[in-house]
Amino acid sequence: MPLIDLANPTRFLAFTSRFLPWLAAATVLVLAVGISLVASAPDDYQQGATVKIMFIHVPAAWLAMGCWTLMSIAALGTLVWRHPLADVAARAAAPLGAAFTAMCLITGMLWGRPMWGTYWVWDGRLTSVLVLFLMYLGVLALWRTVDDPSRAARATAVLTLVGAVNLPIIKFSVDWWSTLHQPASVLRLGGPTIHPSLLTPLLIMALGFLLLFITLHLAAMRNEIMRRRVRTMLMLQAEAAGR
Amino acid sequence: MRPIPRPTRLLATELACVRGGRRVFSGLSFAVGTGEALLVSGPNGAGKSSLLRLVAGLVRIAAGRIELEGGDGDANLGEQAHYLGHQDALKPSLTVAENLEFWTRYLDGGAATAPALDAVGLGAIAHLPAAYLSAGQRRRLSIARLISVERPLWLLDEPTSALDASAQAMLAGLMRSHLASGGMILAATHGPIGLEGVRELRLGGAG
Amino acid sequence: MTALAAILTRDMRLSVRQGGGALIGVLFFLIVVTLMPFAIGPDLALLARIGPAILWLGALLASLLALDRLIASDYDDGALDLILTARAPLELALAAKALAHWLTTGLPLVIAAPLLGLLLNLDPTATGAVALTLAAGTPALTFIGLIGAALTVALRRGGLLIAVLVLPLTVPVLIFGVAASNAAIVGPVPFGVPFTILCGLTLMSAVIGPFAAAAALRHGME
Repeated sequence: MPLIDLANPTRFLAFTSRFLPWLAAATVLVLAVGISLVASAPDDYQQGATVKIMFIHVPAAWLAMGCWTLMSIAALGTLVWRHPLADVAARAAAPLGAAFTAMCLITGMLWGRPMWGTYWVWDGRLTSVLVLFLMYLGVLALWRTVDDPSRAARATAVLTLVGAVNLPIIKFSVDWWSTLHQPASVLRLGGPTIHPSLLTPLLIMALGFLLLFITLHLAAMRNEIMRRRVRTMLMLQAEAAGR
Repeated sequence: MRPIPRPTRLLATELACVRGGRRVFSGLSFAVGTGEALLVSGPNGAGKSSLLRLVAGLVRIAAGRIELEGGDGDANLGEQAHYLGHQDALKPSLTVAENLEFWTRYLDGGAATAPALDAVGLGAIAHLPAAYLSAGQRRRLSIARLISVERPLWLLDEPTSALDASAQAMLAGLMRSHLASGGMILAATHGPIGLEGVRELRLGGAG
Repeated sequence: MTALAAILTRDMRLSVRQGGGALIGVLFFLIVVTLMPFAIGPDLALLARIGPAILWLGALLASLLALDRLIASDYDDGALDLILTARAPLELALAAKALAHWLTTGLPLVIAAPLLGLLLNLDPTATGAVALTLAAGTPALTFIGLIGAALTVALRRGGLLIAVLVLPLTVPVLIFGVAASNAAIVGPVPFGVPFTILCGLTLMSAVIGPFAAAAALRHGME
């Protein structure tokens, strides 16, 4: 089936209903392999078993950022091409992005408790993620506040793109702010100096999370399409009762 | 619900109304008995809406008096009247049934709304959010309030606006049965509202 | 009683359905608390010391947010006309509206406060004290806000004016709210003294608020 056919919501529904079970199965499989690898991975000599929370934290952080990228592309689709599925994709992605960002924050806090002795420090990385979380919540609030889906889609598309332009600036400012206050003595979260024996499980976990995201996103898109159809049907019903 | 004594007459004597420093009307006297309707007509700005709001107790009376003879002594005039203004007093995010149910419970304490919704032809879409309704349907939903809660006096401001011919006939039927059961109607209107042989009170002189 | 229950449930339903008004208040609270360390620096000891004050200020500002729609939405669609002419006393109807408003916007702030306490490095005692004082004090903010909402009901752009009118009136609540939280954390005053005064302020505003708001609405009529 050519990809362009998927642009039609009905075709999209038919295709995903066949495709989703396989995708879900693959997700479970990859995550199961990943978790077993993580369980057998060696503990860190400094951090002990606590390091294993990174296998959830880091993929969640990647997805938190990736999801905004996806939303930005969908926003272009909404504004430039006026594509019907672009709205749906953006709307379905926003709660998922917020959820993965929240997961990243919560795992970061749980990791920080034994490492820093407190659940939260205003570390540059964590703080940028917190601001990203706030922006996701803002997008969700805008979706919920505007009643008409296509108007809401255009408004949030603008907000998403503004966010995409601003996020690097925010990240830079927060980093500058945090290094200003805290010299490099703070333990770094993750970082590039990861031992190869930990890298394989991390990448497999990341793949599992990506599959999970795609599964959930397609399912959420289906729900959104059907929600809009229900809305249209109800409006037709109201119109019919006018006679 | 305690039984409410039926009022026998709405009597206005030498009424005057001042809004925003401007004298809208003065020296206005009229009476409406049970089973009677009085149409208030006149050009724009003659004070039709002001008169209805004044009777409902929403605008201060500048001079004169207005009373409902033989009514419930404990209740003031507004509590014995239905005021149907230009605005529909509906919440778009509540369903049709929830909107009517709220007003029924708030104004009366009862909660049987289904017959009233059927009477205005909205029974089939009671579960829809009011946001989906057309202007005429919204109007019909606020009219449903008049029959779900019983009040002896109806104050109707342009009741036929936004209503199509069949809905106007429906409203006329509701008004006739209200009058037949001893109710009173005071309606501000530009045109006929489907009641025969009603008296007319013309405001604003020849204007 | 039925009438008041009706208005309470209607307002709570509206607040939950219309764009999640309650959650926007919590989101605003979260943003205000997040912004503070950017302005004053991430020193955890300093944040822990002024944390109760930050939380109280954040909650105070967040509780102002939805006030402009509290009565104005009923004014705009004509529902206020019917409420004014109904048999149920206006004062009680307004009290029910304020209660619904607090349950959907004030209570979520109280629930969110402990979570935000984590961000500010508050210890469990301090967090508990702030949550308790917010639970006791935010109803006062809503009832005082009710007066502002009634005074500005007929105005376009009433929202800004509400803040200007209401914020000075909330000074005592802020003083005793923060004082009680600090008393629980560092002393030297026992917690009970400012906390009792805070509860007294709430009870007083629960009486004055609806009456003053009802008077404002009645006299606002032409």
